Formats: sequence, C-alpha cells, structure tokens
Amino acid sequence: MSGQLTWISFSTIFRREVRRFMRIWPQTLVPPVITMSLYFVIFGSLIGSRIGDMGGYPYMEFVVPGLIMMSVITNSYGNVVSSFYSAKFQRSVEELLVSPTPNWAVMAGYVLGGVARGLIVGLIVTVVAMFFTSLSVENLGVTVAIVFLTSTLFSLAGFINAIYANSFDAISIIPTFILTPLTYLGGVFYSIDLLSPFWQGLSKLNPILYMVNSFRYGILGVSDINVAWAFVGVLIFIGLLASWGLYLMSHGKRLRH
Amino acid sequence: MTAALSIQNLQKTYEGGFQALKGISFQVQPGDFFALLGPNGAGKSTTIGIICSLIRKTAGSVSIFGVDIDSDFPAAKRLLGVVPQEFNFSQFEKVFDIVATQGGFYGMPRKLAEARTEQYLKQLGLWDKRHTQARMLSGGMKRRLMIARALIHEPKLLILDEPTAGVDIELRRSMWAFLEEINARGTTIILTTHYLEEAESLCRNIAIIDKGTIVENTSIKSLLKTLNRETFILDSSEFLSKAPVLSGFECRLLDGHALEITVEKGQSLTEVFVELKAQGVTVTSMRNRANRLEELFLSLLSEEKEEGLD
Repeated sequence: MSGQLTWISFSTIFRREVRRFMRIWPQTLVPPVITMSLYFVIFGSLIGSRIGDMGGYPYMEFVVPGLIMMSVITNSYGNVVSSFYSAKFQRSVEELLVSPTPNWAVMAGYVLGGVARGLIVGLIVTVVAMFFTSLSVENLGVTVAIVFLTSTLFSLAGFINAIYANSFDAISIIPTFILTPLTYLGGVFYSIDLLSPFWQGLSKLNPILYMVNSFRYGILGVSDINVAWAFVGVLIFIGLLASWGLYLMSHGKRLRH
Repeated sequence: MTAALSIQNLQKTYEGGFQALKGISFQVQPGDFFALLGPNGAGKSTTIGIICSLIRKTAGSVSIFGVDIDSDFPAAKRLLGVVPQEFNFSQFEKVFDIVATQGGFYGMPRKLAEARTEQYLKQLGLWDKRHTQARMLSGGMKRRLMIARALIHEPKLLILDEPTAGVDIELRRSMWAFLEEINARGTTIILTTHYLEEAESLCRNIAIIDKGTIVENTSIKSLLKTLNRETFILDSSEFLSKAPVLSGFECRLLDGHALEITVEKGQSLTEVFVELKAQGVTVTSMRNRANRLEELFLSLLSEEKEEGLD
C-alpha cells in the first residue's frame, strides 16, 4: 500500500475513533470531569486547606497536575481497550483485517484515537481546575511532551490489553488491579519525600511516578525525580509496547484463527 | 488466462488437531459466477477465511488474479471483496458511515468513498436508511449493507458467504438480480449458499466440498447431466384411495390428491401421463420434489458417506 493510501487508511481509523468517543460524550468526556471536580473539591479545597504545603506549594496547586495526569492516563487506556475490544467482540475488526491497511497503521489509528481522548479530557479537567486554583505553566515543552508521550504509552497498553482480552471482564482487570493502584501510589496526592527511604525506593519502581512528576515539573517546576530519566523511560516503554503490539498483530494473536 | 482465484493444495489444521481442509485445489475463471457448496462444517467458510486473511493456512497456495497472498497480500486484498456469513459491522454506527469508512480502509479519498457509498446504498435500496444505526436494520437490510460495504472499492472478485440466509423470497430475488447485474459488468462472483435453487439459477460452475475435500468441480450443466433420476409430485383432480400401478415407474401415494413418481434417466414423462390417463387419473399440476441440484448434492454426499464406510 502506497504512503498516500496508508495515510488515508490511518486517518480514517483515527477519525472513526474520535467520532466514536464524541458520539458517546456523556460516557466518555463527562464522567472524568465530574470525578476530577469532586477530587478538587474534597482533596483540594476541603481537606487540602488543612494539609498545608506539599513540595513547597499549597496542596491544591500540588495535587492538580497529578489529577490531570491521572485523567489522561485512565482515559487514554480506557478508550483504546474498550474500542478495540468492542470491535473484536462485534467482529467489526474484520473490516480492517480484510483491508490492505498495514498493521502499524491500524495500531497507530487506535492509539492516536486514545491520545485524542486523553488530551481532550486532560484539557477539560485543566479548565475545571482553574476554577479552584490559578495555574501557570513553568515549562510548556516538558508539559506538552510528557502528557503526549504518557497518553501514547497508555493507549498502547490498552491496545495490547484489548488484543489479549477474550471477555469484557478481561478489559477491566488491568485498570482495576494494576493501573489504579499504581496511579494512586504514583505521587498524584503526595510527594514521596514524605515516605521512609524504603517506601521511597519502592515508589521509584513505579513508572507512573515519573510521568506524574515530569508533568508536575512542567507545571510547577518541582519534581521528586530526574525528569530527563523519566523521558528516557517513557520512550523506552513506548518502543517496547509498540513492538509488542505489532508482533501480536502480525501473528494474528486472538484476531485471526 | 490468469484465474480470478487459484487454490492449490490448501490445507488447514486448527489448534487442537481438527483438519478442516485436507489439500483442496480448484480454480475460478475471470467473469465466472461460481458456487462453492457443501454441508455445514465442510470447510467452505474456512476456505473463504483463508482467502481474505482472517484464517491462517497450514499449507498450500492461494492467488487472486495471479497475485499470491503470501508474496503480496495487500495487493491481493485490493482485488477482493468479501460478504461474510455473520454480521461483522459495528451495530452502533450509521449505515452511511460503515460503508464510507470501509472505502477509507482501502485508501479511497473521502469524496470518492462518499460518492460510491451513495451509489451502492441506492442500488441496494438502503439510501433511506443511511442515517440509521446498523442495529436498527432488519436482517435482510444488514445483508445488503454488507454487500454495499464489500463493493465500495469495486473488487474484481466478490465472495459471498450465504448472502441470502434468512432473507425473504422477494428480497432474495432482488438480490439475485443485483448480483447478476454486477457479474454481467465483469465482477467474478463466488457464492456459498444453502439454497441450491440459488446456485442452480445463478452459477455457471461449481465446486462441492465435504469434510475438507473437493468431491466435485465442474460446470452446473455437466453436473446436472449426471442426474440419473428425478422425483416429481403430481396433483390429481380425482380422489385416489391407492397409488396407481405404472409399469417401469416407482409411484407412491402421498395423500388422496398427490402422487410421487420417480423417473429414471432415459424414461419419458409422456409414458407416465398416458398410463395415468388410461387409469382415469387427471393430472392438474406437477413439480419437482426437490431442486435438481439438491438431488445431485445429496446423492454426491451420500456416495461420499458410503465410500467412507468402506
């Protein structure tokens, strides 16, 4: 398939993905905004005012970047895993499999669809956050780059989860038992400086800590970790997951008999 | 001339050891209307699945208009359109979007895809439903939607896996007319169906597959010539208490006004009418007990079964 045809094919998948989550916006865009607003009210305004400073900033300012990143991660992952698994379940994925669209374009179309939802939700949550606190961006490049890469990483993870999944239960196991605990323990609500050295060391094994802190660095200019290493780590993970996804597609794992 | 479809020694063994295809070979010529028949589980859908890449073959080769699927599957896919047996579109998408999006998957610019979508939805009587979610369509409409989707990139070879299953007779006949029209325009068509009347009236050549092997591959005309016997139902205006005795013919009474008569190859139906008239029986109507191809199909499969028992 020539470059131009592949581009049309890829952009068709991407547009369909965006159309899908925009069509069901009450299920895809509204719930994360309500959830995050509750976090802002409860953790930021009500409890946060009694906590005092965290990492040198008022608690509300500290927690906002983490909550934005949390919504980007969960929505990027959730969009791709549910969309691709539904396509498998309804067998509409066969429309793509019988077409000449290359595997990488299929994966890229779904992943970019997940990124689009992650970024739109992140943007809406950011706007809502501005009702609770003033936000200024310390380093725009780092902020935009880390949120885009993190969204890509979790969209890829959602894609792989969807390929392996053989029931709707299987697409909720990883978000429930892995993604949510890692996110909550990934420095969204606290600085790891509060932890004992043992728990600090353990926390540094959590990849989400690096993404949340890099994003916080972009917004506030403070971080618990080395941001450069965070970028290297995220890029390595993206490379690994993309290779894994392409391997599964080319071998037809759970897609072709 | 390069075959529209060439299958050589195609084999498929599924995980678990079930051998669905045991080395089948056949060819379909360009412009043909070809029937691929066989009982449930014979290997028809496995064959189609391999041709369109949804099933991976164990051995053998497949080429579409000379393009080997192993050497250039994307090029082969561009020549192929498939209408599967099961509905395989998103139930929540709108009819227009499903067809136009498929055009995009084949690299068609959006405007061209939309123009073709309009053309095929109109031809298949779905234009009024273009803004309807697919799940709201009737079974027949869903089948026509899949045909429109398969034609969007104007394939040279169209494979339809039981396209008229569950479709009422009126709609079935309009679908036949549509398929004959696109075949007349040059599209090669391969059809699997359980309605043998459909295969007999539409197709010129046939392959019958059973238990993963080809048991017959010829033209429908030559196949029908091998039919040794036909069974007819004759309706009589008189009430009959027992079956008339006809010399040289098997005759059974079905009910007071219907007879079943078996005519062997070489026998004449005129003799039947003459003998019945002589016995005071007036025949008001006559029909085949089964479709002729159906009789052949069943006899071929029963021969296979007997050979298997040997």
